[in-house]
Amino acid sequence: MGLARRIIPCLDVTRGRVVKGVNFVNLRDAGDPVEIARRYDEQGADELTFLDITASSDERDIIVHIIEAVAAQVFIPLTVGGGVRKVEDVRRLLNAGADKVSINTSAVTHPELVAEAAGRYGNQCIVVAIDAKRAPTESGWEVFTHGGRRPTGLDVVDWAVRMQALGAGEILLTSMDSDGTRHGFDIALTRAVSDAVSVPVIASGGVGSVEHLAAGVIDGHADAVLAASVFHFGDITVRDAKLHMASRGIEVRW
Amino acid sequence: MSIAVIDYGMGNLRSVSKALEHVAPGLRVVVTDAAAEIDAADRVVFPGQGAMPDCMRELDARGLRAPLLRAAASRPFLGICIGVQMLFESSEEGHVAGLGLFRGAVRRFPDALMHDADGARLKVPHMGWNEVSQEAHPLWSGIADESRFYFVHSYYVDPADPQVVKGRARHGIPFTAAVGRDNIFAVQFHPEKSQASGLRLLENFVGWKP
Repeated sequence: MGLARRIIPCLDVTRGRVVKGVNFVNLRDAGDPVEIARRYDEQGADELTFLDITASSDERDIIVHIIEAVAAQVFIPLTVGGGVRKVEDVRRLLNAGADKVSINTSAVTHPELVAEAAGRYGNQCIVVAIDAKRAPTESGWEVFTHGGRRPTGLDVVDWAVRMQALGAGEILLTSMDSDGTRHGFDIALTRAVSDAVSVPVIASGGVGSVEHLAAGVIDGHADAVLAASVFHFGDITVRDAKLHMASRGIEVRW
Repeated sequence: MSIAVIDYGMGNLRSVSKALEHVAPGLRVVVTDAAAEIDAADRVVFPGQGAMPDCMRELDARGLRAPLLRAAASRPFLGICIGVQMLFESSEEGHVAGLGLFRGAVRRFPDALMHDADGARLKVPHMGWNEVSQEAHPLWSGIADESRFYFVHSYYVDPADPQVVKGRARHGIPFTAAVGRDNIFAVQFHPEKSQASGLRLLENFVGWKP
């Protein structure tokens, strides 16, 4: 026995509200990040990820207050990403109660941010998020930024290895091809990256069933699996996911 | 009663203080870099994040070594994460000297041994929920043996004296997850992020009479 594979619900937040419709029974306020975080904690989520999708930068302070409120009530690890551009952004989120900060577009435009933040706060709290799309690069996947809209010409596996070398303590890997399909992770992508780096990899994008989550670990070699809508709509609970993963021989936390 | 959480500028102390307030609502929790406040506290929590050389440097830059050692010599004292590593004599991380309250060294998980029983690769940092097998200690009260706690670290403590080991875990190799002696208890994992088991450990610390 050893480390459990982690199941991570992801909450998209804008202007202080969780979006993409959360459909829990008896939720007083379907958009309240604190209440939703508590529900997932009760279900047995191993960690929570908050993605700030606020478009305007003058409203970005709100996420800091949300993290403060969640961290005062939910005592599991919290990762926050979205719009992180400066070391100061990292500092504020960590001080608010985030355990890890996820850097995506800025890792491409300013790779030194990853090195600086990891140097200051430690690799363990710096996650590099990679949005990957199938393309004729060396590994077969290209890095996209700006919410998956902008190609970079970077090869995903090369990029993951480079980010690890710069100080990423974890890779959050999202398949843009799978995201939203509910057809499952891009297993080949997940495995290619997970096998290429020595830091943990979180698989993301495309989960529609408990089988998909198990496949991310067994076939994709992911250390953790992340999903949003399949949990939000109540199709499956974190507990359902753990029961299935355990039945496939995956170590989970009860 | 008051608890001082020692603040030497290394990362998130909010979670620790909120978790302490959560388990003991009447408690006064001060996050402080003032020697006088540390000296005045009934209990002291010593957290730590990042790299141990930076943590040692920042601790000394703020003149907190002396009040920390006074607390560790006299009052219930809880080290967390880098806060347990700094209690040892030295670390492989930056080859820095620690506080020397426990004999032994801090070592990095060896790459060559990072695979499980089936040969599957294990990752470093050791990040996530792992089982801790307990040695008898009041701070484990009410927590089932082999309960999982949240870890995130690349280095672990290797005590010279096996008597101080109060918890063990495994990640490729067996390693020490908790140490204790007299009024000191220190853990590699994060009780403030370990849900019910972690909160119970903090509650036990708040009520601990060593």
